[in-house]
Amino acid sequence: MENKQYLTVDGIPVEINGEKNLLELIRKAGVQMPTFCYYSELSVYGACRMCMVENQWGGFEAACSTPPKAGMEIKTNTDKLRKYRKNILELLLANHCRDCTTCDKNSNCKLQDLAMRFKIEGVRFPNANTERKEDKSSPCIIKDSSKCILCGDCVRMCNEIQNVGAIDFAHRGSKMTISTAFDKPLAESPCVGCGQCVAVCPTGALVLHSDAEKIWKALQDKNVKTTVQIAPAVRVAIGKELGAVNGENAMGKIVTALRRMGFDEVYDTSLGADLTVMEETQEFLDRLDSGKNIPLITSCCPAWIQYAEKKHPELLPNISSCRSPMQMMASLLKKQAREKGENSFHVAIMPCTAKKFEAARHEFDVDGKPNVDAVLTTKGLIRMIKEAGILFEDLEPEAVDMPFGTVSGAGVIFGTTGGVTEAVLRRVMSEKTRAELLAIEKLGQRGTDGIKEFDLPVGEGKIHIAVVSGLANAEKVIKRMKAGEHFDFIEVMACPGGCINGGGQPFGMREDKARRTKGLYDADKLLSIRRAEENPILDDVYKNIIKDEAHELLHVHYGKH
Amino acid sequence: MEQTINFEVLDQAIKDYGNEEKALIAILQRAQEHYRYLPREIFPYLAEKLDIPEARIYGVATFYENFSLERKGKYVVKVCDGTACHVRKSIPILEALRKELGLSEAKKTTDDYMFTVETVSCLGACSSAPAVMVNDEIYPTMTPDTAVALINEIKEKEANA
Repeated sequence: MENKQYLTVDGIPVEINGEKNLLELIRKAGVQMPTFCYYSELSVYGACRMCMVENQWGGFEAACSTPPKAGMEIKTNTDKLRKYRKNILELLLANHCRDCTTCDKNSNCKLQDLAMRFKIEGVRFPNANTERKEDKSSPCIIKDSSKCILCGDCVRMCNEIQNVGAIDFAHRGSKMTISTAFDKPLAESPCVGCGQCVAVCPTGALVLHSDAEKIWKALQDKNVKTTVQIAPAVRVAIGKELGAVNGENAMGKIVTALRRMGFDEVYDTSLGADLTVMEETQEFLDRLDSGKNIPLITSCCPAWIQYAEKKHPELLPNISSCRSPMQMMASLLKKQAREKGENSFHVAIMPCTAKKFEAARHEFDVDGKPNVDAVLTTKGLIRMIKEAGILFEDLEPEAVDMPFGTVSGAGVIFGTTGGVTEAVLRRVMSEKTRAELLAIEKLGQRGTDGIKEFDLPVGEGKIHIAVVSGLANAEKVIKRMKAGEHFDFIEVMACPGGCINGGGQPFGMREDKARRTKGLYDADKLLSIRRAEENPILDDVYKNIIKDEAHELLHVHYGKH
Repeated sequence: MEQTINFEVLDQAIKDYGNEEKALIAILQRAQEHYRYLPREIFPYLAEKLDIPEARIYGVATFYENFSLERKGKYVVKVCDGTACHVRKSIPILEALRKELGLSEAKKTTDDYMFTVETVSCLGACSSAPAVMVNDEIYPTMTPDTAVALINEIKEKEANA
């Protein structure tokens, strides 16, 4: 064919089809190049030099930062390259705290993986980093510079995708570190706890705080009633690492596993989400009526809340006063426990690292005690299931407990970007037919774009809705808003793609995220109740538990932490 | 001795060089010229004005040897220890200066923030070796005695000022 251009990878001709760099083409040729610092979502940095290839003249080029040209003859695996890569690995290991067996990243570490793949059998140089240098100040993230290989993935994630800029490179040469300004503890930096840096860190330099020990202790204590809630996004992200189908809804098995671990009562955060839909829709309609504090900006995402507090405090009046689904659920459970005089310990299983911060916020304390006693991330849950020796794939699925056992599809789709918006739309649209549900699907809130916008005709006028994920995208919308553009409703999720890609989830490539999103939409379709207001439990919850305390139990005003 | 930080010099630099990320180094140089180091207080101020994270400004400031995060003396004495100065005995000059001012490798600035003594790799004044630079002025063919005399001269000038 005319116009087709080729280069060869290890002698195999590969067609050039608009790829940005050699790396993508090499993957097309069926070769998995070793990389530390390359993520297709982030800018190309070219620091790790692991993806070096040899050209026909024997020269080296970094595949991540070399654009493909017709006629190139690339070799990916030569003696020279192998020696080169081994040298890099050896030098990285010489500067790395190698306490692998007790490291959080053990068996899930790229450095360990590549050291194994390239058969590094010894390090000729003395180890310059034998002690851990941990910063444990953040409730969400632990940073350990003794394990950092300076690939900069975290820096680019924090700056480019999240626009937070809590960390950057500091100092020079052998003294270089990843640091906050003046090397302050992470907790005193602009960090919002989203955990996306942890998701891309190839080593144990950035890991999650774990509350597992606290939870095991509560589970062992016979005088404590343990309750647990499971967020929507967890069920579609847990399976892959536990031998189930990627993206499959594993809710039933999670419930069984949690009962086996000893939890007394197991609930679904989707019910909290249903309550959020009810409260937030009412709040939105009230604000539309009064014209005050428009746009309404969603409040479910704790990393977004912290971002707004730290960078845009002037927007706080626009943010919904609704508590997150996790906190609404916890409010109900703890109120019941208090009324019954029970000594309860409530765990929330979340795809999110920032929820650990949210759980500890004093705004939610009742009598000086938090409603959520511990937050366990999806990764943390996987580890506890493994620790307990539970064979997840063999479990018989079970249902969650009453009296909060029925959830609507609207609550389930909260776990993906656009979910909150769609749930609210289902509530506000007066027509309650199946055709209307299908029409709502197509309005524009679904899909993986970081910023989605559409108009919804209402009466004579229209409302302008934006659905945003990724904090850098949120910043773009905020800038436009300040420049005078009109928005009525803005959904913000800090993690790109929403909670399915949260910092507490197992790391997922683009296709994993798509599967998780599909998993949630499929779960929604299989539920007979798909609108929050049709959830029959809510009547009872409002009448018998919330009564006239909706404000105290379901809403919050930030500013006390 | 407390130093009050006023931001006028930064505002002027931002006016001159623009409030963009690419102007950062020029602005930091202006700040360093004015304060003789980069005070902590200017970091959040610049972060807000230039809309770049404080961590990035810190990264730039710590990358370049010429930026200092520690407050320096009114007189910065740079003893050249390049090859030419070194073989013509620059180290005894350094030692004499440190002894005279009660300074060391770790303590580079006097408590009254009058003098800072540091070494540089080359001042480009090799024909005048061994050379010493005080702020922007070069002093050629120094000896330990003339260096100490120079310090005393400055001290006297300051005392009479």
